[in-house]
Amino acid sequence: MKKFFTISIYFFCSHLLFSQESPLEIKKDTTILQETIVIAQHKLSNYRQEKTLSSIDAYLEKANKVTMIKRGNYAWEPSLNNMTSDRLNVTIDGMQIFGACTDKMDPVTSYVDVSNLEQVSINSGQEGSENGHCVGGGIDLQIAPSKFYNSGLKTSADLGYETNSNYKIAGLDIEYSGNKFYLNTDAIFRKSDNYDAGNKKEVLYSQFQKYNISLQGGYRLANNHTLEANIIYDKATDVGYPALPMDVSLVEALITSATHRYKNDLTIIKLLESKLYFNTITHIMDDSKRPDVPIRMDMPGWSDTYGFYSKATLKEKKHNILVNLNGFYNRSLAEMTMFPNDPNQLDMFMYTWPDIRTLYTGLYVNDNIVLNRKESITTALRLGFHQNKIAKKEGVESLQIFHPNVSDSKNRFLLSFSGEYKIKKNAFDAALGLGYGERAPSVSEGYGFFLFNSFDNYDYIGNPNLKNEKALEFNTKVNFKLNTLKFSVTSSFFHISNYIIGEIDDTASSMTIGANGVRLYEALDHASIFDVYLNTNYNFSKKVSFNSSIGYNYGMGSNKENLPLIRPLSYLAEINYNTKKFNAALQLEGNGNQSKYSSFYGEDETSAYAILNLNMGNIFHLKNSKLVFKYGIENILDANYSTYADWNNISRQGRNFYLNASYIMF
Amino acid sequence: MKLKYILPILIISLFTVGCSTDDNDAPIVDEVENLIKIQEIKNADHTIELYNETGKFNTGYNNITLRMKDNTNDSYLESASISWMPMMQMPSMQHSCPKSAITKITDKKTLYEGSVIYQMTNADGSGWSLIFEYTINNEYYTATDTISVIQSEKQNVASFMGSDDKRYIAALIEPKDPIIGINDLMVGLYKMENMMSFPIVQDYTIMLDPRMPGMGNHSSPNNTDLSYDSTDSMYHGDLSLTMTGYWVLNLKLMSSDDTLIKGEDVTESNEKSSLYLELEF
Repeated sequence: MKKFFTISIYFFCSHLLFSQESPLEIKKDTTILQETIVIAQHKLSNYRQEKTLSSIDAYLEKANKVTMIKRGNYAWEPSLNNMTSDRLNVTIDGMQIFGACTDKMDPVTSYVDVSNLEQVSINSGQEGSENGHCVGGGIDLQIAPSKFYNSGLKTSADLGYETNSNYKIAGLDIEYSGNKFYLNTDAIFRKSDNYDAGNKKEVLYSQFQKYNISLQGGYRLANNHTLEANIIYDKATDVGYPALPMDVSLVEALITSATHRYKNDLTIIKLLESKLYFNTITHIMDDSKRPDVPIRMDMPGWSDTYGFYSKATLKEKKHNILVNLNGFYNRSLAEMTMFPNDPNQLDMFMYTWPDIRTLYTGLYVNDNIVLNRKESITTALRLGFHQNKIAKKEGVESLQIFHPNVSDSKNRFLLSFSGEYKIKKNAFDAALGLGYGERAPSVSEGYGFFLFNSFDNYDYIGNPNLKNEKALEFNTKVNFKLNTLKFSVTSSFFHISNYIIGEIDDTASSMTIGANGVRLYEALDHASIFDVYLNTNYNFSKKVSFNSSIGYNYGMGSNKENLPLIRPLSYLAEINYNTKKFNAALQLEGNGNQSKYSSFYGEDETSAYAILNLNMGNIFHLKNSKLVFKYGIENILDANYSTYADWNNISRQGRNFYLNASYIMF
Repeated sequence: MKLKYILPILIISLFTVGCSTDDNDAPIVDEVENLIKIQEIKNADHTIELYNETGKFNTGYNNITLRMKDNTNDSYLESASISWMPMMQMPSMQHSCPKSAITKITDKKTLYEGSVIYQMTNADGSGWSLIFEYTINNEYYTATDTISVIQSEKQNVASFMGSDDKRYIAALIEPKDPIIGINDLMVGLYKMENMMSFPIVQDYTIMLDPRMPGMGNHSSPNNTDLSYDSTDSMYHGDLSLTMTGYWVLNLKLMSSDDTLIKGEDVTESNEKSSLYLELEF
């Protein structure tokens, strides 16, 4: 890795002094994206984005269909269409990356920061299958490409402070952009103490500290050819997880990639992009700060992924075709050592992920056919070969305790296809979609060994013989427009066969002290998940506008039990005041009572809540620089509340004053 | 040095070695390779060499390999019929322990094997002696000596009084090297008929409940109770070990007519059966 780093630096430096040409205009193709969140660090935005320096997690939470599952104040787990990590395909700029924690303490989204990204594209259901197979959808965290802006040197500095948790943020971004060459480096540091829930109740073990450094550079080989490289290093230490029995002492990620891009507006092939990547994650859990634990343990985990993709965009008459060939090889290993209180006994050891190797190769084809000026059809297909191997003999032997006929290797063929019809008229536009997707079980679902889930208080055992989970999906989106009133309805319905979930095994006794028992990953015959969101937007004047959103979600298994982690009725209302140099918004956000909670899967009822937020922003243009301020109050009324998505009902943050300041020099 | 200088030297040395081996007779096979000598027991005519993998006797099950040397010409005997008797000298009496017969190892020229289960020992390892009786060419010999038996750290043998007022001995034989996974558990069960006779008990059932006291005394799934296998006269069952560490194998002994001989269920209030074996890896 060091070598690669050195070579890249040398490569970029050696070409620093070459002459410059006029830049090509770059347009992003956003037709296939359903929801895109722009990580607008240095702009004023008037829609749901109050903090420029908020984490990726907080940005994601602003999306309609996304909720973040919180085990603490750091590394939230995204849930899209009421489905979490195992059912989603979360990528960083098309790169597969897998968390190294068996307890989902490190979702992929925790390994990048706002400073690394340009936008996040959230694709519901099978529309998210461009980078891999999924059921719930895909989230791609996109790094800004091709910064050949010819804008010279640009520097920005960011500072942020929040009162509630004594949260300090500092960031620095330096960019040199030429025609032939660019180099961008950024660093961000975050440190937070324990936060207080409403009524000044301190939430112990909610502190965290992290920094993230990235280096990105590009060189134009020829007029249409560019070569780019990107390195992200992310390290968090002393991360508390108040909802879990353990914290994290170290989590470290190195994410690297090299990309070749060919662009030509004149040929049939508009874009040819190939990327080679490698990422490695180390995750070390720690219980040394907890005073009372029944037993001390070490739980380290590692995840390494090597991969590539090669994609082409073609345009021929009515057809806009995207072809993406990709593949990856992942190694996931996690182990657990328990130290008996009796020092005469030997340490207890097991592999919780027994060195699982996943090999995947697949092909994706998407064709957007423009029928006429008003109508279009999009069809997509993904075919893939997925192989899991248990590299440790101990892993096969230990899983054979529960599943006697386990072999060390399992091959699967995965299929996904979808179609969408779009119509656009003056007063309304609408989209109607249909999809079918399959996914392989995740490493935990397939091969996890005694993974303790503190949510339902059960130990989970993987099942390598699980069938592929299959989802049939319908979605609609309708937008109406009446003068300055906009009204939209989006809805998705999933019928999922072989729905993977943990079922109680009465014959097994739990390993974790105090756990209720053991659940084996099994499949329900089917499950149904439905969601519908109504959004309205009304502009009273150029300066004053109103946004609102109401969502309803439903999830039921074939065993007539409610599915867990299904969002109750949710709503958000927001009044904005917006000028070029100042904006302000008052927000009301809340959930209804979670009446359809899943006691069967260890959930309890979460009562309704509502909170008020106020946020404001100013922008000052100076001679060769600008200043952006964002400030406000979250949870103005200091409500003590938790939502359905808070692991073990951990209370959310109480009243919080914040200030983010950015200084940008051109 | 350049390759062209090294190469001839290498070739020459290779051939030299190749030639020299031709002079020797058929190689002598070391039949006790990988075994460590525990002790020798001698009389005027022969020396009995005792071997096992550790070079020590421990309480519990011991598998022993032995060979007999003719003291006159240092050759090893290839056919002898041997019997033996382990003996524990107590302050007031003597007793023996369960043991197998000594048999010739079929594919070996000079080796014999047998097993013995020492149910106890003195703190300093003293007390036990081995008496060998054997005949060679219809001539009867005997050899005897004291041995040292070290107390095993974990309880791999249990000696107990059953509800039928008989004394039993149960010994852990397999697994020798436990794995995380399903292990073939093999237990030998013997009845103490008198101080010198310990016949194998047939057709009982040993119920198994492995627990980990260091971790909330949790159990493991898919264990099977041990049943008697007449082919090797031992009790066999599946033992699931979900992790490394210290395990207590709680046992309940049931007679062939299903009466409880010894042991209790493990419950919240009863952490351990009174009949148990221990294992650590």
